[in-house]
Amino acid sequence: MLWADGVRHRFGGVPALDDVSFTLPAGHTLALFGPNGSGKTTLLKVLAGLIKPSLGHAGVQGGRGAIGWIGHQSLLYGQLTVRENLRFWGSLYRVRTPVLDARIASLTARVDLREQLDRRVGTLSRGQTQRAAIARALIHDPSVLLLDEPFTGLDRVAASQLTALVKEFAGAGEGRATILVTHNVEEGTELATDVAVLKTGRLVEFMPRNARTAGQIGARYRELVS
Amino acid sequence: MGEILRDAWVLARKDLALELRTKTGLASALVFTALVLTVFNFGRDPTAVAALDLAPSILWVTFTFAAVLSLNRAFQLELENQALDGLLVSPVDRRALYLGKLFANLCFVGFVEAVGLPLFALFFNISIVHVLPPLAALIAVATIGFVAVGTLLSALVIRVRFAELMLPVLLLPFFIPPLVGAVQVTARLFSGRPLSEVSGWLRLLLAYDLVFVSLATLLFPTTVDE
Repeated sequence: MLWADGVRHRFGGVPALDDVSFTLPAGHTLALFGPNGSGKTTLLKVLAGLIKPSLGHAGVQGGRGAIGWIGHQSLLYGQLTVRENLRFWGSLYRVRTPVLDARIASLTARVDLREQLDRRVGTLSRGQTQRAAIARALIHDPSVLLLDEPFTGLDRVAASQLTALVKEFAGAGEGRATILVTHNVEEGTELATDVAVLKTGRLVEFMPRNARTAGQIGARYRELVS
Repeated sequence: MGEILRDAWVLARKDLALELRTKTGLASALVFTALVLTVFNFGRDPTAVAALDLAPSILWVTFTFAAVLSLNRAFQLELENQALDGLLVSPVDRRALYLGKLFANLCFVGFVEAVGLPLFALFFNISIVHVLPPLAALIAVATIGFVAVGTLLSALVIRVRFAELMLPVLLLPFFIPPLVGAVQVTARLFSGRPLSEVSGWLRLLLAYDLVFVSLATLLFPTTVDE
């Protein structure tokens, strides 16, 4: 479960988030839409504990150890191999060595990176790097997944692999919650159980997706941000 | 505390692995040290001032600038692919992050000094063999102080533009007290005088380490949180 309660944040004098409150129960996937500068990344960072809000509270059940984070960047060290990176991040999350080795094997198989396990991350393609980033985010079996524009720069194949993995993550257990920040209404809607729209730091919409199509949600989104 | 030290070791091991793989920082610092010693060697008039009188200052000025150069790269490693965000989202205590960087930097600067010291003895024709144990202990004590402050400040300037220029500007004033102390003690060692003459400086160096390692460990979390 994730929650934000009256979250306000300013960068210098500029408001980035303005009284944002919501609760995302376990088992839900929220697609968070909004134009550039609307505060989407800031909200994710507040939820992850990367930014302390000026006012209000936000958090994740289970604390920082429960979060899997996928951002624009891979958070991987280019000079280390995929295996070394995954071992390093797994150690930081206190995953025991035998479990860690087994998880590295299963995750790299799921993201189709087994052949690249001993290659340096800096030599991988953008799609392969993003798949390694997904394995990194899941290495500690998180209960919350925060995805910040994860489709940026991915080709169609890599994007559909990522979509499948997020679906698999969301469906793997009842205790899991996901927030997906994206510009792409179609990709976001495909994964979401709930949809939210941020505009100039304010949460102007938070609704269950229900049976709405991507087209209907896209129309509503354009109406809200226009 | 056990978990903090364990995580610090995991982080330090990763930094050292990255450095050993690229060797760019290490090679730059070693070449820089050799060049500074060469410049000082040819830039002095041996008939005007005895090498023994200049040697302590030259040794410590060289080590100081080599340390600044080395410390510049400490957090640059974490900017690659925004790995720093990953570290801050992870459940690792911020103090472990500081201690890991401190340990890796001590190894790095210590290695540069271990190579620089024989070069210094060679260039200035000074026998250091008979004072090696106390000189090594002095270098270790002074280096801990330099690196403790430097590691904190390198984290402080990491998100600042022109960080490479900002770091020396902030750091050098902090280096003055241990630098003066280290030069005074080295001068007594080289001239064969008793260390009781500089017991005050030795106490200052030890107190400096104690104060700045403790202070930096406590202040570090506020420097990395946005």
